[in-house]
Amino acid sequence: MVKFIESELVQLKKEVDEMWTLVYNQLDRASEAVLTLNKELAQQVIVREKRVNAFELKIDSDVEDIIALYNPVAVDLRFVLAMLKINTDLERLGDFAEGIARFVVKCNEPALDPELLKELRLEEMFAQVLSMLETAKKALNEESLELSTSVFAKDNLVDEINSEVSVKLADYITKNPESMLLCLNLISVFRKLERSGDHINNLAEEIVFYIDAKVLKHQGKTDEGYLSQI
Amino acid sequence: MNKIDVKDVNFYYGDFHALKGVSMQIKEKSVVAFIGPSGCGKSTFLRLFNRMNDLIPNTRMEGQILIDNEDIYAKGVPVDELRKNVGMVFQRPNPFPKTIFENVAYGLRVNGIKDNEFIRHRVEETLKGAALWDEVKDKLKESAFALSGGQQQRLCIARAMAVSPSILLMDEPASALDPISTAKVEELIHELKKDYTIVIVTHNMQQAARVSDKTAYFYLGEMIEFDETKKIFTNPAQISTQNYITGRFG
Repeated sequence: MVKFIESELVQLKKEVDEMWTLVYNQLDRASEAVLTLNKELAQQVIVREKRVNAFELKIDSDVEDIIALYNPVAVDLRFVLAMLKINTDLERLGDFAEGIARFVVKCNEPALDPELLKELRLEEMFAQVLSMLETAKKALNEESLELSTSVFAKDNLVDEINSEVSVKLADYITKNPESMLLCLNLISVFRKLERSGDHINNLAEEIVFYIDAKVLKHQGKTDEGYLSQI
Repeated sequence: MNKIDVKDVNFYYGDFHALKGVSMQIKEKSVVAFIGPSGCGKSTFLRLFNRMNDLIPNTRMEGQILIDNEDIYAKGVPVDELRKNVGMVFQRPNPFPKTIFENVAYGLRVNGIKDNEFIRHRVEETLKGAALWDEVKDKLKESAFALSGGQQQRLCIARAMAVSPSILLMDEPASALDPISTAKVEELIHELKKDYTIVIVTHNMQQAARVSDKTAYFYLGEMIEFDETKKIFTNPAQISTQNYITGRFG
């Protein structure tokens, strides 16, 4: 490939990298905002969401230009297509961070019951989601299939925590009926984190597609089958 | 600043109206590509910029072409000087039957330059500029015909550059070359546009998309659309342009 086209791909990768960092920071701040019920921090996340959206539009436009002007094929085409889909997934993660921040802003409680949060394992779930996002980013930068596929297993913990939330919150509401509205709103935070895990799974699948030309989408449990082949 | 300004140009081969009312402005140090089906007039138009069509009998041009704000078809314009300033590279590499060194030096010598040290320096400079120096520096006294097709074409580009033009015209410069040589020529065009205004005719639309800043689409002697290359290849304004670049026509 001619060098100046190569530089376009490098630039695209750089933009995706920047967006990735931005979205990671958004989720990280949203996490802190929820756990400490820090409305100021939450407001920052909401304001910064505009940057995530602007990044998405820029990357979409750049991908369109690269495909139209340079006709990438083989690994370069897979790279560009992967960046396009990663872009969409990152933007959704940004939306989830904003949604979580909005929960904080709207929350009328002075603080969340720390025992409840511990019971629900919210901090653990946040940490796992952030770890998945960081691992996926590293997988892309190092072009590592091993790191990419390690993300799938991490999502199991996210799903496990989420699956227990409804029952635990129902039990809490029974004992603390005045907290019903809070708990119902809190469920949305867990749903967003669970969806975040799914989207980060998508990121990992796109990275595998880019590196190995393997489509893992809709494979479900057979993701682990692929893992055993690496 | 506009390097080339074309104002309502019509061109005729005898009674045949080959170019119809073409106007365009080409910015300095940019690459403009002309695309279009065979016979649409793009090479005819290209040759107007260095008056190569003057060599074809029974032709006439109406309208104006300005380079650096000077009408190149005005009475008394020294055509030789024009062709020094507006260099040309053709589809088939056409090195002179001389050594590699003399191919590049020739233009300097016929323009009266006798300083051999200057000539040596200029030859090296332009061969480096054409990304050919490393491949030929140890065989400058060999025949140019010993070079590969891609090397010969880059030699022709160096030859054109030696007399310090400000504009380079390229008529399908890579169509006779293999893919690797084509890539080298395209990289070269990308480098050269820092210093030269380049106009390239190409049948290879992907090449036009890769190398040019602006693209003009010609059809049956008319310029249908002229715009940023990104715009032409993502969302052209004219349906005719879209039909051509998507392969539905042409």
